[in-house]
Amino acid sequence: MEIYEVFRQEKEGGPMIHAGNLLAPDAELAAHYAREFYGRRQESVRLWVVRREAITDVSDPDLLKPPFDRSFKKPVGYSGEIKRKLAAARERVGAASADDDDPVVASGQQGAEA
Amino acid sequence: MNDPTRVQTFNRHVATGGKVEPGDWMPEEYRQAVRRFVEMHANSELMGVLPEREWILRAPTLKRKLALTAKVQDEVGHAQLLYRVAEDLDKPREAMLEDLLAGRTKFHNVFHYPTESWADVGIIAWLVDAAAIVAQQALLESSYAPYGRTMKKICCEESVHIMHGRDVVLTMVNGTARQRRLVEDALERWWGPLMQMHGPRTDPSRDRDLAWRIKNKDNETLRQEFLHVYVPRLREIGLEPPDPELRQDPDTGHWSYTEPDWKELYSVVTGHGPKSAERLGFRRLNYEETRWVRETVLSAPRAA
Repeated sequence: MEIYEVFRQEKEGGPMIHAGNLLAPDAELAAHYAREFYGRRQESVRLWVVRREAITDVSDPDLLKPPFDRSFKKPVGYSGEIKRKLAAARERVGAASADDDDPVVASGQQGAEA
Repeated sequence: MNDPTRVQTFNRHVATGGKVEPGDWMPEEYRQAVRRFVEMHANSELMGVLPEREWILRAPTLKRKLALTAKVQDEVGHAQLLYRVAEDLDKPREAMLEDLLAGRTKFHNVFHYPTESWADVGIIAWLVDAAAIVAQQALLESSYAPYGRTMKKICCEESVHIMHGRDVVLTMVNGTARQRRLVEDALERWWGPLMQMHGPRTDPSRDRDLAWRIKNKDNETLRQEFLHVYVPRLREIGLEPPDPELRQDPDTGHWSYTEPDWKELYSVVTGHGPKSAERLGFRRLNYEETRWVRETVLSAPRAA
């Protein structure tokens, strides 16, 4: 018997979400069991049935959450600075009432919220 | 084997809402505690279908027969999912089934009782499943992540069972005087076991399952939640739980009730309930009759 991990897709185009796992002697029976467990109520449009052995688990925090500043890779690393610098630049050209809907500023702020 | 600092770090991790995955390091005591908890849950799902199974052939309409069959299939499915979770904690399924059949492990008290009329089927599906879902919702956030994820699926299906049960009860109370009496009699029979179901009050500070956040609510909290929602739902349709002491404090919202019969609970879950021997006997017979299926599946050439 082998352990198979099951992933399911709820609707076309959606992500494959981990559903659970099961024990089966081969891939064909694993597919049948997966259908019984995770597709009996028409809740899935697709299943991925994968031998657990075939999965490489990467969960080392040193790799995934290194204690380094990664803000330069994220919108939030810029949005605050942009606001401050933009205000300074506007003041410099004497355009304090400039258009607030500037697309660069708008997208920067959206990024900060995301 | 259990390095004390490692254990300390682990305890802090789970106490602050951290999760544990099957491949992660965990103290042996934690592994055993989760496994014991999940195994008892799986046993209850597996044994819990037997009282209802008895009514599949006697269901009053085709729709009820379909719904009841689906419920039985769901509960056996829950047992399969839960045995898988427990199995991942290093106890083979075969050993779990053998312990259950030999009476070495337990299953929930409510599944040791007979079902005497169709109204019992409604009361079980509505109230036993409701009492169970109160407990199960508190498991969604279990520190053992695979258990919490499995509970999500199980709770979805249980909520359909509760609707099915409530529909059965409502149909009967809106029916003839005889149907109403059957429902009242069923409630009379099931109220005691329902009040015992969550177990006696325990000291939360001494409960390791709580400290490790395997479960997140103590027994009395679960019983109070159940009473809070379901006593009004019974009363609004003219049903009164058979307990003269049952009342809610209008200020605190706390329910008081006649002390449940804990001796009965203990005796029933240790295999001395009215149907314990018969149901385990049926499971044993079933286990033997399906042996050839397991042997065929297990000896199949591996095609993976």
